Amino acid sequence: MGGFLLRKVGAALIVLVLASMLVFVGVRAIPGDPALALGGESRDPAVLSAIRHKYGLDQPVPVQYLRWVSLAVQGDLGTDQRELPVARTIVQRLPITLELAGLAILIGSVIGIVAGVLAAVRRGKAADYVATTVALAGLSVPHFWLGILMIIYFAVRLHWLPAGGYVAFSANPIQNLEHMLMPAIVLGTGLSAVLMRQMRSSMLSALGADYVRTARAKGLSEWSVVGKHALRNSLITVTTVIGLQLGALISGAVITEQIFVIPGFGRLTIDAVNQRDYTLLQGVVLVAAAGYVVVNLVVDVVYSLLNPRIRVAGARR
Amino acid sequence: MSFVDAAAAINPRARRRRLLRKRFLRRPLAIVGLLVALAFIVSAILAPLIAPYSASATDFNATLAPPFSPHHLLGTDELGRDQLSRIIWGSRASIQAGVLSTLLAIVIAVPIGIVAGYYRGWIDPVIARLTDVLLAFPFLVLAVGLAAILGPSLTNATLALGIGAVPGLIRIARGEALALREEDYVRAAVANGASDVFILRRHVLPNMLSTLIVQATVTIPAAIIGEAVLSFLGLGVQPPTPSWGVMLSDAQSYIAQAPRLAIFPGIAIFICSLSFNLLGDGLRDVLDPRTTR
Repeated sequence: MGGFLLRKVGAALIVLVLASMLVFVGVRAIPGDPALALGGESRDPAVLSAIRHKYGLDQPVPVQYLRWVSLAVQGDLGTDQRELPVARTIVQRLPITLELAGLAILIGSVIGIVAGVLAAVRRGKAADYVATTVALAGLSVPHFWLGILMIIYFAVRLHWLPAGGYVAFSANPIQNLEHMLMPAIVLGTGLSAVLMRQMRSSMLSALGADYVRTARAKGLSEWSVVGKHALRNSLITVTTVIGLQLGALISGAVITEQIFVIPGFGRLTIDAVNQRDYTLLQGVVLVAAAGYVVVNLVVDVVYSLLNPRIRVAGARR
Repeated sequence: MSFVDAAAAINPRARRRRLLRKRFLRRPLAIVGLLVALAFIVSAILAPLIAPYSASATDFNATLAPPFSPHHLLGTDELGRDQLSRIIWGSRASIQAGVLSTLLAIVIAVPIGIVAGYYRGWIDPVIARLTDVLLAFPFLVLAVGLAAILGPSLTNATLALGIGAVPGLIRIARGEALALREEDYVRAAVANGASDVFILRRHVLPNMLSTLIVQATVTIPAAIIGEAVLSFLGLGVQPPTPSWGVMLSDAQSYIAQAPRLAIFPGIAIFICSLSFNLLGDGLRDVLDPRTTR
């Protein structure tokens, strides 16, 4: 187990370092001189070179990278165009997106798992057909459009829910949930379609496995066979799929927050691009990549704890 | 045994083709998917011939006309531009982004995946880590970054969507190559002294083709939605060029006055990507007998 853990953490670290290099090089590939942007109206060479010196832009690129990384590791991602620390802005915005993503995962996995189990148990029957078709439609529908439709219907026409905006949970929990409900449903339905398909196919292969046949042969009730034996094993696979879907979830959050005017991490990303604020963009992208790597490392490790066969197979490879 | 059966029995390839066609024709949803997808491709190609108006033609006598107006089947927008025409012209951006980004991803990913899976050795883990690095960037974040570096345009959106699809395809091609190298016919070819290039071209690539076709068919709709998202955010097709995402973005200003402006382009995206997904699901059932159904 120790060796397995070490290998996984090592691989994740390598990925993180390469990803940070990619972010750094990528941001430097953006056309335009940051010193000119920071200098505002000034075109005075002395001012510009002072700015370059202040931000270390006159140093060789590898030196700049090492400086940036060593500061980033300490939680300092530099200051953005408004002279605000990027790390603090991200820490302020991230919880909003985490709440949105958490609610979306909750909605998506409840719908996805229930529908997937139902479809697998009733394989080939009407329920299976309906669930499979709805899931395929769910994969094909652009979710941001679903969001627009919900705004048209539930906000503009019926006035049931606010069309957009955000209220902190600490300020007013009820209003917070009212603002989060539609975005979470929009983000969650996409996830539910993916999870439903995954759940259905894992359940089908579990229901065909030997241990389920043994359970049936022992005369266990159908409820116990499906719920205790097949479901538990299928849930492990689905958990890893949720981890892999994190990237899609972040992408989804970017557009969902844009539509519902939620000042979260996703909106911050778009703002950073639109305002050409590269320090901010660099920090945001780095945090998104690091989050993905860490979550998937955790999922990997948890998965191997739940399913020892993976560890053995991993070592043999 | 009839003559046809006898011929089929002799030629296994013809027999397999006949079997696949028969299996495909038993799936009405897949056939519908194929026909609708083809219709979208044809309408994208023939847009100048079939669209009633040009995409930018304005009719100021009929601004914000409702659907089923005498001259405008799906109504007009705030500038009196015909919605149906804009949807037809807009399909060009969607189909181009969907198909080209998928082709780009396959051209990049398949050779890399094959090398990783077939040769293994030191190159396999190196490619695996690089794939992980790419996966760590959510496609939209990647696209946002590319748009910032290269400037927003349909070409760059297509590029971003293609690169975004690469890591997943590398993993699939690698998995296939890994399984195929253990096949008896590959071992026999190796024993016969066949070159690697010959084996890869003659045995490995053709045998992963069905998996790749299925993957391509389900990557296209994802890219079509991706293009709409990017254009909606202003990172893809730039107005006034029509694209379904641009139309949805424009419609947001008139959401209380004319919500239908936001409805038709969305339906177009939905039907177009659904058709490819139906086709892909059907092809998976037909070509890949391993999936349980």
